[in-house]
Amino acid sequence: MRVNFTVNGRPQEADDVWEGESLLYVLRERLGLPGSKNACEQGECGSCTVRLDGVPVCSCLVAAGQVEGREVVTVEGLAEYAKQRAEHGGACGTGACGDNGTSLQAAQQWSARPSGGAADSRTGEGAELSPIQQAFIDAGAVQCGFCTPGLLVAADEMLERNPSPSDEDIREALSGNLCRCTGYEKILDAVRLAAARQERQGEAV
Amino acid sequence: MDFLRPASWEEALAAKAEHPTAVPIAGGTDVMVEINFDHRRPEYLLDLNRIELLREWEVGEENVRLGASVPYTQIMEHLRAELPGLALASHTVASPQIRNRGGVGGNLGTASPAGDAHPALLAAGAEVEVESVRGSRFIPIDAFYTGVKRNALQPDELIKTVHIKKADGPQQYSKVGTRNAMVIAVCAFGLALHPETRTVRTGIGSAAPTPVRAREAEEFLNAALEEGGFWESGKIITPSIAKQFAELASGACNPIDDVRGTAKYRRHAVGIMARRTLGWTWEQYRGTGRTLEGAA
Amino acid sequence: MANDTRVAAAPAGTPTKVTQGSRTKGGIGESTLRPDGTLKVTGEFAYSSDMWHEDMLWGQILRSTVAHAEIVSIDTSEALAQAGVYAVLTYEDLPTEVKNYGLEIQDTPVLANGRVRHHGEPVALVAADHPETARRAAAKIKVEYKELPVVTDEASATAPDAPLLHPGRDDHHAGHVPHPNIVHRQPIVRGDADEAAKKADVIVSGEYVFGMQDQAFLGPESGLAVPAEDGGVDLYVATQWLHSDLRQIAPVLGLPEEKVRMTLSGVGGAFGGREDLSMQIHACLLALRTGKPVKIVYNRFESFFGHVHRHPAKLWYEHGATKDGKITHMRCRIVLDGGAYASASPAVVGNASSLAVGPYVVDDVDIEAIALYTNNPPCGAMRGFGAVQACFAYEAQMDKLAKKLGMDPVEFRRLNAMEQGTLMPTGQPVDSPAPVAELLRRIKARPLPPERQWESTEGADVRALPGGLSNTTHGEGVVRGVGYAVGIKNVGFSEGFDDYSTAKVRMEVINGEAVATVHTAMAEVGQGGITVHAQIARTELGVTQVTINPADTQVGSAGSTSASRQTYVTGGAVKNSCELVREKVLEIGRRKLGTHHPAWATAELLLEGGKVVTDGGEVLADLVDVLEDEVVEIEAEWRHRPTEPFDLRTGQGNGHVQYSFAAHRAVVEVDTELGLVKVIELACAQDVGKALNPLSVIGQIQGGTTQGLGVAVMEEIIVDPKTAKVKNPSFTDYLIPTILDTPTIPVDVLELADDHAPYGLRGIGEAPTLSSTPAVLAAIRNATGLELNKTPVRPEHLTGTL
Repeated sequence: MRVNFTVNGRPQEADDVWEGESLLYVLRERLGLPGSKNACEQGECGSCTVRLDGVPVCSCLVAAGQVEGREVVTVEGLAEYAKQRAEHGGACGTGACGDNGTSLQAAQQWSARPSGGAADSRTGEGAELSPIQQAFIDAGAVQCGFCTPGLLVAADEMLERNPSPSDEDIREALSGNLCRCTGYEKILDAVRLAAARQERQGEAV
Repeated sequence: MDFLRPASWEEALAAKAEHPTAVPIAGGTDVMVEINFDHRRPEYLLDLNRIELLREWEVGEENVRLGASVPYTQIMEHLRAELPGLALASHTVASPQIRNRGGVGGNLGTASPAGDAHPALLAAGAEVEVESVRGSRFIPIDAFYTGVKRNALQPDELIKTVHIKKADGPQQYSKVGTRNAMVIAVCAFGLALHPETRTVRTGIGSAAPTPVRAREAEEFLNAALEEGGFWESGKIITPSIAKQFAELASGACNPIDDVRGTAKYRRHAVGIMARRTLGWTWEQYRGTGRTLEGAA
Repeated sequence: MANDTRVAAAPAGTPTKVTQGSRTKGGIGESTLRPDGTLKVTGEFAYSSDMWHEDMLWGQILRSTVAHAEIVSIDTSEALAQAGVYAVLTYEDLPTEVKNYGLEIQDTPVLANGRVRHHGEPVALVAADHPETARRAAAKIKVEYKELPVVTDEASATAPDAPLLHPGRDDHHAGHVPHPNIVHRQPIVRGDADEAAKKADVIVSGEYVFGMQDQAFLGPESGLAVPAEDGGVDLYVATQWLHSDLRQIAPVLGLPEEKVRMTLSGVGGAFGGREDLSMQIHACLLALRTGKPVKIVYNRFESFFGHVHRHPAKLWYEHGATKDGKITHMRCRIVLDGGAYASASPAVVGNASSLAVGPYVVDDVDIEAIALYTNNPPCGAMRGFGAVQACFAYEAQMDKLAKKLGMDPVEFRRLNAMEQGTLMPTGQPVDSPAPVAELLRRIKARPLPPERQWESTEGADVRALPGGLSNTTHGEGVVRGVGYAVGIKNVGFSEGFDDYSTAKVRMEVINGEAVATVHTAMAEVGQGGITVHAQIARTELGVTQVTINPADTQVGSAGSTSASRQTYVTGGAVKNSCELVREKVLEIGRRKLGTHHPAWATAELLLEGGKVVTDGGEVLADLVDVLEDEVVEIEAEWRHRPTEPFDLRTGQGNGHVQYSFAAHRAVVEVDTELGLVKVIELACAQDVGKALNPLSVIGQIQGGTTQGLGVAVMEEIIVDPKTAKVKNPSFTDYLIPTILDTPTIPVDVLELADDHAPYGLRGIGEAPTLSSTPAVLAAIRNATGLELNKTPVRPEHLTGTL
């Protein structure tokens, strides 16, 4: 079957999709977006978390056919997504975003930076990062990095809803994302750091 | 495999009538795991995501009419006052990502004894509205579960809504898992006080081939509360009543030993949860009397 | 002009002194950030499962559905006839006489040969144009099994009529084991335990059971094999040791090693689980057969069968002590279940036995450790490697002894703690700091976390209570407990293994700046080795820009990313090669500029901030002017001090290189009625010798601590003792800690230099995994008063409902 949907602001078409394929498979193997990770494929690890019409979901549990006409944001589009959100006044501070998703209009206003681009192809230096991405690097929240994309998408969405989370709020919001390397402490640090930076930025504005 | 994408409820019913083996998929929590792990290769997948009415709910006088696909997250956020037990149960479902997509219809369709919603539905009292091209009917929740992962649906029927009694008293829900989040129930217990009818209802998950009510425990407690005038006085339930209620709840279990827990533990834990949830709800009833919101 | 010199290894045992300061920014001791961080947060980092090639096929492995059986027949015809299928391979299709592989003993069939020995053993391979096509084809392969009786424990494996897992064994352990179903046996006898026992005022003993733990790395086994025009193959894969893989792969393919070119892809965690081969040979066989690139990606189910696990163990211990608290003697017997194939079992036996005493002074010991061959899943390397199981048991014993003596458990441990100079049970002296008592003092001195943290103005916050989101208690039945543990882990490969690493370092001027390039075959599995390599190069060469080349087999072996050894050994190799490059650069400087300043001949010269400076800080030249267009490149091997094997009868011998120590204090809250546990805090103190990158050091300690927590309260692969089949191969039923299960992990880092090691550093990755588990167990015992001799502690154990 054929599936048409929007990924990171760009219309995409996948052809010859087997009906049992997941959104995760289509992203990784058909659209060249392997950032979302295939760690368990049973909804028990969160590594494949993407936003589907604004809502964080496990892309391994979404049948490819179910995304027809819908909008997906993956880790590859996270920086641009966050940038657009910041530039449009952080409209999601109300907590309404999760419920309503990204409007089609909003989604069409932005698109992900083509891979390669201005960034150094080997180290990625020069890439523009979202606050949560930068915080993960700075806080040492990345080791093997396999859980990182899913955690970033989930953490970014939590900060959008809840800009000043308590530690227990962070733990609850990230309780669907397994990490085997870090023991989560540095991940908590990263989310706290991103929240603090976001707050400082808010005050500056 | 064929992927059917009905745009409306009527189309979905027609598709199900034409292909009774079609497997409905909404949140994907159960179906996609079975596909990803090669446990199941249905001839047809019937996608229900495009059907708006399944994602809607309506709060009526007596009932909440809950669409089968209303995500657990929405139940937690918007129906805490009306459905406190189910809201608490929703909060224990898997992970935030799963709660964003899964709904009660999936739990009912799979009818696994470990489904988190079942004990809350049994305790609150509910009817499942199912429909086919032949018409619709309401199945009382007590008659819905017919065996291990079997329910009362006919092959051409789909679950449309669940009509759940609005809470008229405190409700609680507990679930034992061997992890503090994202865990399948070893066993679970739901309890609802119904001051209007002066009854208590319960639901037990994962401790019998199907979700069940602890009927003897309910009957005992209803009688004990009535005899002791507890509903009027709001006095503390005596430890001996609570103890016997817990023992009868344990006795209602018919569990198995499996990798998640022993039968003996399940019986034991259900008893503890029965006693605790009774304590919590009764405290709420005695205290404010009408603080019905679950702490979801 | 490249100055490519292959230099002989530094003489073994040479102490490496610090000749360079850290005045260059980004050098050792700083928490520089990961060079792969940006790629990893943008989703662009290419893990082995992300590999993609035009025209590639998907490989699928058919695995045995039973644990022990004769294969009567295999019929692949229907699978081959399916559209989209390019190849179906069985044992009969293996191209050479080499049909087995293995880390130490080559006893593992590439594909089953007439017999399967464990559940999930590879039987046949399929290559097809879509993973679903491959799965359907694999399902059409008809395998007829004739089931055989299984052996699953010591009694059944060594019974008189026990079926032999590997009849006709001729490996180097076969001669000294008491039964062919015992892979290896290592006794260690020192002093006279019987005589010393007579001095004991109290004696405690116990039997302890350690469950089978899975590494549960998040990135499943995967890779891509691309056939090359020269008849060879290019393999992109996630592994812990490229050259070890290569040594095992090439003979099976019938190719010389230089025609199997391996490149490390992104590795999604390892923890020992990638020390053995998984899909490597299978992908290459399919690629060479079909002439097309072949990708294999395990799903989580298959991953549970696709790698070895931590050995489950039964441990019997006896300790005695005098009434003033001195340990008199120790006797123990450790039985490790190695499963169907040897993997790393012999080395795990060596570790378990030689570290069985723990970090204590015990002069009279009688130790025996064995690993079994059974029909259970094969077990091998996992973080902590034999020392984990022993630590769980001896720390339980320490608490028992202290209790029996009426002593504080920490004081009792401190009284018996080893220190520098203590002899190991192997007779080897501990010749670097062993601050066991100090680590214990530090964790004990830390203030305890406040009680009843779940209480809030809005009632109980269930997220802070046992049961968490499941809302099982609002404080009812909750009891707090505190427990302590300390452990000892060896660093590096032991028992005479030639444990070396190779590093190629290059220095040149690019765009008017002196820059360095480091090339090793070290597997970066997340630990941050590449971060540290760049720091070492900056420190040693005084440059800012360091490029880390991808790890591949175009450079010499870097050994395994395991045994807490990479910063020590490959870090040491990078340091050594940098020093050789520095000498060469200074030689060039003296040649070109020596006449400009007398200090070139007389002073000790350093490279700092892109310049040649004297040890007094005087700048002699800019590196740009020294090098001009010359390129200095050196590839050299580096070795740590040699070790020797343990005597097969007495266990005596200088078997280890270095030790690593960590101590934990666990604070738990237990719902004693439901048997649910919430760990509130898990504090760690560890001696790291020298923290080359403090942020990464703490990350390693916290990660290792959490894996120890997991096995304490939830993690176990459950194998049916009747059928030897795995009952929970999924993340639904094999649980690892979530962020709500993991407490705050405050870390106290000590830096007492080991003068034998580069920069005085100590391997750190494994030690925290040891003591974490027994600390949590001790805390639960403290809360409940129960004996608890098994990991993981299940609710059933706490409620008497097994």
